[in-house]
Amino acid sequence: MAETPLLEVKNLSVSFRVYGGMLRVLDGVNLTVHAGEKVGLVGETGCGKTTTMKTILRVVPQPPAVINSGEIRFKGREVLKMRQRELTDMRGQGISMIFQDPTAALNPVFTVGQQLEAAIRYASAESRRMPRQEVRRRAVRALSEVALADPERLLDSYPAQLSGGMRQRVCIGMALSTEPELLIADEPGTALDVTIQDQVLRLLHRLVEEKHTSVILITHTLGIVRQITDRVYVMYAGSVVEVAPTRRLFAQPSHPYTQGLMAAVPRLSGGGISDGIPGRIPDYMNPPTGCRFHPRCPHAMPVCKRQKPALLAIEDAEHQAACFLYDAPERVRAYQQEGGLT
Amino acid sequence: MQRQADALRRLGLFLARRLVQSIFVLFGLSILIFTIARVLPGDPARTALGARAPQETVDRLREEMHLNDTLPVQYTYWLGDALRGDFGMSLVTRRSVTTDIAEFLPASLELVIFAGVLTLVGGIALGTLSARYKDSWVDNLIRILSYAGVVTPAFIFAIIFLLVFGLALDWLPSIGRLSEGVPKPPLVTGLITVDALLAGQLATFWDALQHLIMPGVALALGSMAQEARITRATMADNLNKDYIAAERALGIPERVVMGRFLLKPSLIPTISIFALDFAANLANAFLVELIFNWPGISRYGVNAMLRKDLNAITAVILILGVVFILMNIVVDLVVGALDPRIRLRAARSD
Repeated sequence: MAETPLLEVKNLSVSFRVYGGMLRVLDGVNLTVHAGEKVGLVGETGCGKTTTMKTILRVVPQPPAVINSGEIRFKGREVLKMRQRELTDMRGQGISMIFQDPTAALNPVFTVGQQLEAAIRYASAESRRMPRQEVRRRAVRALSEVALADPERLLDSYPAQLSGGMRQRVCIGMALSTEPELLIADEPGTALDVTIQDQVLRLLHRLVEEKHTSVILITHTLGIVRQITDRVYVMYAGSVVEVAPTRRLFAQPSHPYTQGLMAAVPRLSGGGISDGIPGRIPDYMNPPTGCRFHPRCPHAMPVCKRQKPALLAIEDAEHQAACFLYDAPERVRAYQQEGGLT
Repeated sequence: MQRQADALRRLGLFLARRLVQSIFVLFGLSILIFTIARVLPGDPARTALGARAPQETVDRLREEMHLNDTLPVQYTYWLGDALRGDFGMSLVTRRSVTTDIAEFLPASLELVIFAGVLTLVGGIALGTLSARYKDSWVDNLIRILSYAGVVTPAFIFAIIFLLVFGLALDWLPSIGRLSEGVPKPPLVTGLITVDALLAGQLATFWDALQHLIMPGVALALGSMAQEARITRATMADNLNKDYIAAERALGIPERVVMGRFLLKPSLIPTISIFALDFAANLANAFLVELIFNWPGISRYGVNAMLRKDLNAITAVILILGVVFILMNIVVDLVVGALDPRIRLRAARSD
């Protein structure tokens, strides 16, 4: 693959300084998005998906967050070394983001129009010179695109006057109003009921198809991942544990965590609600050594406690998992001969 | 259009309701002050006339002032006069209290408004800077200075300024509102700087402004420090909100995010405290007014209390009450203007 990926995250580590120590939340995240690609990002709540995305946009509050190491390249340019000016240029038109909770993501004391118009106004050098009416016209269009009725009236409304579904649509409209090359959608619709969530996702899917926008979709719902994305990253406790083209991931989940995640999906036919993966996401103040999943892993070996596994190819480089089980066969035999984990 | 008309109607209703409430508050306040001023020990007539005045003269004055009547009767006399704008004679200046207040109140207002502008601009700017560079040396410096500012009484600053900039360096005039020989501008508002500008007398304006600087800054520093701390706290809190991350993520430049989208939701506590500080400064400027020989209402009020000048005490406290009430109404209006949720709630409860 000779062409430069749209977004490339390498070995990103981020901690949060809190009272009494450091929370080592991101522990070497690797992630690539190519132009036009739709990438899914799944994992339990608290595994660092949102933090990764906020770090990519450099909107994670620093302090308390500290970026320890890693590289983030957007179209070949290093985001972590960008100056304020370059960041502002990249945000909006380059990458924009739909936040998880639309109520928290809208400023309560400004009207929808004031926020949306600011996003449109500051999108590019040309848009800064646009006459007011043109900005207004685009704001109206942005709201009609997300299927909101009576956009003129909505622009003059405050977020508190809208329903949850409307706020979510406003947030989507706002994130798309800058015509980004890459859209990060952080669990869109999670705060809504299932029917509205479904509508919102369909709408989002249609819009990014129309505009050929690249997408990183964060979600808990594996069904959505399957429908929308080309490739999936699975995160656990601050690292990517598996990456594969969507179809292959569902056909052959390889990392023990991914296997557990798939098994945990409740099914209507037979089985009922499964037991899920025993245990919880680890304490980030004192995370487990080696592979952070080993305390919960049914296949854990002594090596998992000593060493952090790198991403290893399953059959080819398209499907990788960070697990010693996929090391060279003779090594796996050696690991297993060390005996069980006590 | 319809919405704007609705909003105006609601605003009018709100003001009308608050003004009616205020009348009752003032009525209660007047009874309270009137009583307190008269149960204080000492004979106001004797104090006014001096120890050597003959007893008949004192008795005559007591009779004139209705001091021999019961308190309720005295109050009705006083209220009747007060409603006509007559607060009686000052026993100290021997002039009508209304005349005195008309002279002293503008001087204090000018000082307090000047200090208020400094407080608001300085406090918000320092607080914003502190929040923006949270935990850096800028923030630490501002925080240390604002601790110092909060705990130091205004008169300490006043004395230091007077000694350093007034006497030692002789940079600024240290006494009064205007230098000798500078013509007074024609009376319009009573604020010399404003009147001078209205009359186009730039030299007078400049002289009056120089006189304002030391007492104004001395009075402002405490509340400025307080405002900086409050603004920093609210802003630092709001800075971690998702809407700020969202606005940044949309590519809105940092200065717009900070100066507009962060500032507005963070100003409510700042404005509320500011209004109360403003009203309190009017009453608490006494030592600053005394040190800089500023002919203000605070100095006048304290002198009246020391000399048991009944009519002046009652009038000054009543005026301060009016200022507090007005500032509270202003706070409610500003807070409503800043936060639509408060407006919406008020509209629903109508």
